Amino acid sequence: MNAIVNNVDESVRELMRDVELGASAGAFRAVKIDRRSFLKYTGLMGGGLVLGFSLSTPADAAAAAAGDFTPNAFLRISRNGSILIFNKGPEIGQGIMTAFPLIIAEELDANWADVVVEQAPVNPAVFGRQSAGGSRSIPDSWDQLRKAGAVARSMLMSAAAAQWKVPVESLSTRDSAVWNGKRSLSYGALAAKAAGLAVPDAATVKLKERKDYRLLGKSYTGVDNRKVVTGAPLFGIDQQLPGLKFAVYEKCPAVGGKVRSANLDEIKKLPGVRDAFVIEGNGKTTEIMPGVAIVADSTWAAFQAQRQLKVDWDETDASKDSWSALAARAAELGKLPVGEKTLVNTGAVDDALKGAAKTVSGFYTYPFVSHAPLEPQNCTAWSHDGIVEFWAPSQTADRALTTVAGALGVPVEKVTIHQTRVGGGFGRRLMNDYVCEAGAIAQRFNGPVKLTWTREQDMAHDFFRAGGFHSLTGGVDAAGKLTAWRNHFITFSQDGKVPSSGADWSAEQFPAQNMANYQLSHTLLPLKTPTGPWRAPRSCSVAWVIQCFLHELSAAAGRDHRDFLLEVMGEPRLLQGGLNTGRAADVIKLATEKAGWGRKLPAGHGMGLAFHFSHSGHFAEVAEVSVDANKRIRLHRMVVAGDIGPIINMSGASNQCEGGVLDGYSTMFGLEITMENGRIQQSNFHQYPLLRIADQPKVEVHFIQSEHPPTGVGEPALPPVAPAICNAIYAATGHRVRTLPLTKEGFSAA
Amino acid sequence: MVTLNLRVNGKERTLTDVDPSTPLLWVLRDSLSLVGTKFGCGMAVCGACTVLVDGAPVRACSTPAGGLAGKNITTIEGLARSEKELHPLQQAWIDHDVPQCGYCQAGQLMSAAALLARTPAPTDQDIDAAMAGNLCRCGTYQRIRAAIHTAAGKLSRSKA
Repeated sequence: MNAIVNNVDESVRELMRDVELGASAGAFRAVKIDRRSFLKYTGLMGGGLVLGFSLSTPADAAAAAAGDFTPNAFLRISRNGSILIFNKGPEIGQGIMTAFPLIIAEELDANWADVVVEQAPVNPAVFGRQSAGGSRSIPDSWDQLRKAGAVARSMLMSAAAAQWKVPVESLSTRDSAVWNGKRSLSYGALAAKAAGLAVPDAATVKLKERKDYRLLGKSYTGVDNRKVVTGAPLFGIDQQLPGLKFAVYEKCPAVGGKVRSANLDEIKKLPGVRDAFVIEGNGKTTEIMPGVAIVADSTWAAFQAQRQLKVDWDETDASKDSWSALAARAAELGKLPVGEKTLVNTGAVDDALKGAAKTVSGFYTYPFVSHAPLEPQNCTAWSHDGIVEFWAPSQTADRALTTVAGALGVPVEKVTIHQTRVGGGFGRRLMNDYVCEAGAIAQRFNGPVKLTWTREQDMAHDFFRAGGFHSLTGGVDAAGKLTAWRNHFITFSQDGKVPSSGADWSAEQFPAQNMANYQLSHTLLPLKTPTGPWRAPRSCSVAWVIQCFLHELSAAAGRDHRDFLLEVMGEPRLLQGGLNTGRAADVIKLATEKAGWGRKLPAGHGMGLAFHFSHSGHFAEVAEVSVDANKRIRLHRMVVAGDIGPIINMSGASNQCEGGVLDGYSTMFGLEITMENGRIQQSNFHQYPLLRIADQPKVEVHFIQSEHPPTGVGEPALPPVAPAICNAIYAATGHRVRTLPLTKEGFSAA
Repeated sequence: MVTLNLRVNGKERTLTDVDPSTPLLWVLRDSLSLVGTKFGCGMAVCGACTVLVDGAPVRACSTPAGGLAGKNITTIEGLARSEKELHPLQQAWIDHDVPQCGYCQAGQLMSAAALLARTPAPTDQDIDAAMAGNLCRCGTYQRIRAAIHTAAGKLSRSKA
């Protein structure tokens, strides 16, 4: 195996742990700050106090003199009553630019119409986590943001109490004002006075009770929607600077290839080309792989020059991966009931299978897929005045600071990153390879450069959702109860020891803890193609296998699948890994009730149910499909029932579920990435056919707003989609789909 | 290399020393700083770069700028009727909270604007046909459809 790729995979795996397991739900990670970071922050912002961090500085005094109230880094209330809230997280389409400020505004008791939202500087020493991944934004920041609002509200109340000379207990707040009976003082009127007060310890400030919420749970349009619909420059690719030049960066089509030589002299003579040079890179796919940079006067000139570029690649260590060969090997291995390593073995599976009234076996295959965000990878970088400055559409700008500093060999203090809006994340931009590349080009060029990948490069150089293979056998007893489950998972590894990123299976995964006789083993196939987190990593593929195979078993037993699934869930209890079987049962009941489970359907129609727990979210979904004699399929309706605790922004949360359904459907319907001789075979959307508006089903979203702490919704609505649809296809036709995408089994769109 | 005279959003723009085969997209984005029109695929299959040329939707990534002299080019920056008054589609997009990442939405809006200009009260089938060239990776099609119907209703009322 190639040491380069091993190294890479460890870095991605570390990221995956951070994304998936970084913090326990609802935990408040205290923001620690040192003096230097604080001063850097105040230098950028012109005054402000960190939550729970009280001091007097000249900048603070200046802010106070201006009549502004800056109780912490998230908030500034000016004398005219406008309330500026800084969103600390990357907006990748998940709606955090609206959701985060709403949480602060709720505890502040602000009038939402008074609130203006701006993107915060990237400074994790001040703001804590500044990443978007793992649906962790809401659970990780819920307490921090509530306290940021509550501290300010407490100080405004103290200011009003002093002005009126009344006890603070006699006061209340609403609509950006402090109230004492019928008289009120607006927050703007109190700003200067509040700015002179000591900031209370956030731990001592009382948070609102849920019943008193005025803002949370209602529907809000995104705070930047007006800018989006008028074409304002928001995204990374929209960045403009005086003297900006435009770059491309060509890498080996087979990952791991190095530059032997290139026709640089010819390229430099082409119209509009300013420079062309080889970058050795550091051999990490998450940072800088070897390649050729071209800098030109326009993006088009750079693209044109890229087409003329001829590179002699040294492919000694490059990937030779072949999907057809890997799939053939997996089919052979699938004949073995148990893989090379047993991961879980509870009860006595062999005995249970022998004693089963009915057994079922199946071999499931799903492909690699690409993230394909619509905004191709890009980044603007400028090396000047001893610093390297970036404008990056990253999902992990906080992590990018240290990654980029390490890759470029500069101190982290000399790196500045400006967070831009992100034209789709889906996990792709957890990696900051394109940021590092832009930095490496900027270090060699005098002036700001914008690196833009072509769509073809974006599809070729992804960290793909890994494909996989599952050889399953299960059994039910005479009463139709699930008694045995055996899964030989054939997956991939970069190092021959552990599965590639996103290509593993957790020992806690349902239904391991819901039955007596359960066995899970795996066999690892060698892989060099980079893999990584893709929307609902792991869950986006294994939920399909688990929930379809469960349906195979309930169908074999002649059981109603809803009853069977509820029986497998069992009594309400909390399982290892966070699955709460009571919450699961509640969403299964709600989804089936709303869908009219069991009602008579038109000929050729079928209904399918699936459940999956991931990212702290419990989701059940019911699909209604029709399939004609020519295997032409239509998804008519998808009913989604989810429990993610209290909803922050109802419109935003529903939008995430609607999008999750379409993404899940699109992916399972016709998308696959294949590779031969290490080269990705698909180049652009004509070979990677995302579904279009005519294919949109009616999506209905229902939430159970339980009393559990709120959790994220960018991902957990996606995993049940594919199994719900496949179970519906079985109900409509009796055909069991065991290979994705559906087009591989001859289905097409009606 | 030629000098190009383009009429973009009602303004005459003169560009010197331009390769006439340069796609309109890059002229808009890199030369005219009109970055609302987006790059998605470069081969006219995703629709992110949709603009109007004499009212018809065109994929700017695959349309050479050299052939557009004398034609009226409208980009997302020119869709609103004025600084204060958005196009009814833009307002409907806001009211329905359509965008997720938002990257495709300029192209979606331009295709929808072309549709409503010739079909003021479109059916779902009309919408399917007119919007087929525009991908939304986030999956906001359900809201796009609803917003087009809302805007169509407002347009027909305002004309009545």
